Amino acid sequence: MVAQATRIEPSAEPGMALSISAVSHAFDLEGGTLPVLKDVDLEVEAGSFVAILGPSGCGKSTLLRLIAGLEQPLVGKIHADGVPITGPDPSRVVVFQDPTLYPWRTVERNVALGLEAQGLLKTRRHRIGAALRLVGLEEFASAYPHQLSGGMAQRAALARALVNDPRLLILDEPLGKLDQLTRMAMQSEIVSLWRNAGFTSLMVTHDVEEALLMAERVVVMSPRPASIVEIIDVDLPYPRHRADPKLAELRHRALELLGLGAEL
Amino acid sequence: MTVAINESASGELPFQALARTRTGRPSIRWGAMVPPTAWAAFAAVTAYWPQVQDWPRTNELAGIAVAIAVVLAVAAVLNGHLGAFGARLRHWEPWFTVLAVLASVWEIVTAKLGWLPAPFFMPPQAILEVYLDEGDKLLECIVYSALLLAKGVVIGASVGFVAGVALGWSPRISYWGHPILRVIGPLPATAWLPFAFFVFPTSSSASVFLIALAAGIPVTILTWSGISSVSSAYYDIARTLGASRSFLVLKVAIPAAMPHVFVGLFMGLAASFAVLVVAEMMGVKAGLGWYLQWAQGWGAYANMYAALFVLALVCASLVALLFKVRDHFLAWQKGLLRW
Repeated sequence: MVAQATRIEPSAEPGMALSISAVSHAFDLEGGTLPVLKDVDLEVEAGSFVAILGPSGCGKSTLLRLIAGLEQPLVGKIHADGVPITGPDPSRVVVFQDPTLYPWRTVERNVALGLEAQGLLKTRRHRIGAALRLVGLEEFASAYPHQLSGGMAQRAALARALVNDPRLLILDEPLGKLDQLTRMAMQSEIVSLWRNAGFTSLMVTHDVEEALLMAERVVVMSPRPASIVEIIDVDLPYPRHRADPKLAELRHRALELLGLGAEL
Repeated sequence: MTVAINESASGELPFQALARTRTGRPSIRWGAMVPPTAWAAFAAVTAYWPQVQDWPRTNELAGIAVAIAVVLAVAAVLNGHLGAFGARLRHWEPWFTVLAVLASVWEIVTAKLGWLPAPFFMPPQAILEVYLDEGDKLLECIVYSALLLAKGVVIGASVGFVAGVALGWSPRISYWGHPILRVIGPLPATAWLPFAFFVFPTSSSASVFLIALAAGIPVTILTWSGISSVSSAYYDIARTLGASRSFLVLKVAIPAAMPHVFVGLFMGLAASFAVLVVAEMMGVKAGLGWYLQWAQGWGAYANMYAALFVLALVCASLVALLFKVRDHFLAWQKGLLRW
């Protein structure tokens, strides 16, 4: 990784390494099961940024729920730093597509949620202000979620995740509902947060350009039941430029893998 | 500009202060003199129009009307200096006028012309007489009713809230609780009256049970539906952030369900009023319900109207109080909903 002279919050532990081996998963439906994941094998290095790209509804988000520990895979194992994942843990924090802030809490108290749940509010209260500053929401600390714009709400959700010093940040299409400009701004914000803090990032998206722009490796998945088609290494230094011809090349390759080749 | 600053300090909004510095000095709005005039007219009608029969306390009634007229007139003159209170007075001006007109009409058709005959229709001074002569007895009834209601509602709402949370949270409790609630819920609490007065040792404990039942069932059902309709995304968020089960119940499910809980509380409170009055009429020998029954039994219609007024005031105040409590707890909904 790049030199970390500008690291804002030196975290004691580096990013988390993930090992996903032979994971298959299915949903129970009335009158049978719906397979969503098939034989997924993936190694995620500590501190890396991996994007998972696939057609919508392919099962990418299910994979993230398994990694978050919200559900258990039917087949296969997922290890975090060599330890099997059996349930949710604040070292692996999810930012969902919908910010899902609690409407009855102010922005500040939403961000405090993790610390409060873990009983760390007293010792780490100062982190709340730091997290809000990090996402540029310090002036909205006492606002209620319905007073925020979509982009601000998603920033608040990001702060709520970051305040826990996650070792793995799981991003489930976090920018999917934002307008183009906010989206582009937040893409670079998330990348710089990741580069400064040293956690591992795992992001699901169906936006090819977003995946290539942000991640070091892009995992291309097939339609449901999802399996890995190919892993694209994006060997480009940060900060990246949208107009980089190499990105265009990779974009072409990724679209081909998704079955959307040269037509149009 | 110093004027404006001083005005803001005295609690006036800046734009009001600005408006006033522009016009130079506050002027009296002549429209504000309509309510005091109407009350003065009511006082004059009461005091000087000859009556069909002699009613005591007529002069006291006229005196009260004069007092109201004076207070309203003073308020109209000082309105600019009264800040938020003045704004509220201005808001209610049409009502003050209409009340004076209605009181005058009432006075005229009963005491003055006798179109509506006593004892079924009583003039305002007869009701004033009840408050002046039997005030302490009525007060005793209010205190008794309030205590009974408070016991019943507090017990009912607390039990209902806990039961609702348990039913909404635990599938096993819901399995056993749901059919019971389905059968008992629709039964009006007053249907339990014979049973309650038979089973409980005292009529007041029976009444507490009935009021608690009336208040508790809507709270149970609404809390339950509130807890079960909490979005699973709220739980996912909290779980990934390390929340324990008790955190999920206390800090996620319950706050998310509070809007429902308050709907249940409003329904329960309304139901408890009905049961309170019926219970006091049927078994308890005190309270406003009993007073109503007693007054009607003796043909003391003025007393009955007086008690009805008080009852309406008490119920309305309790509902207003619950609104205040809700506004405090659900302040976050402001801007989300139309209140």
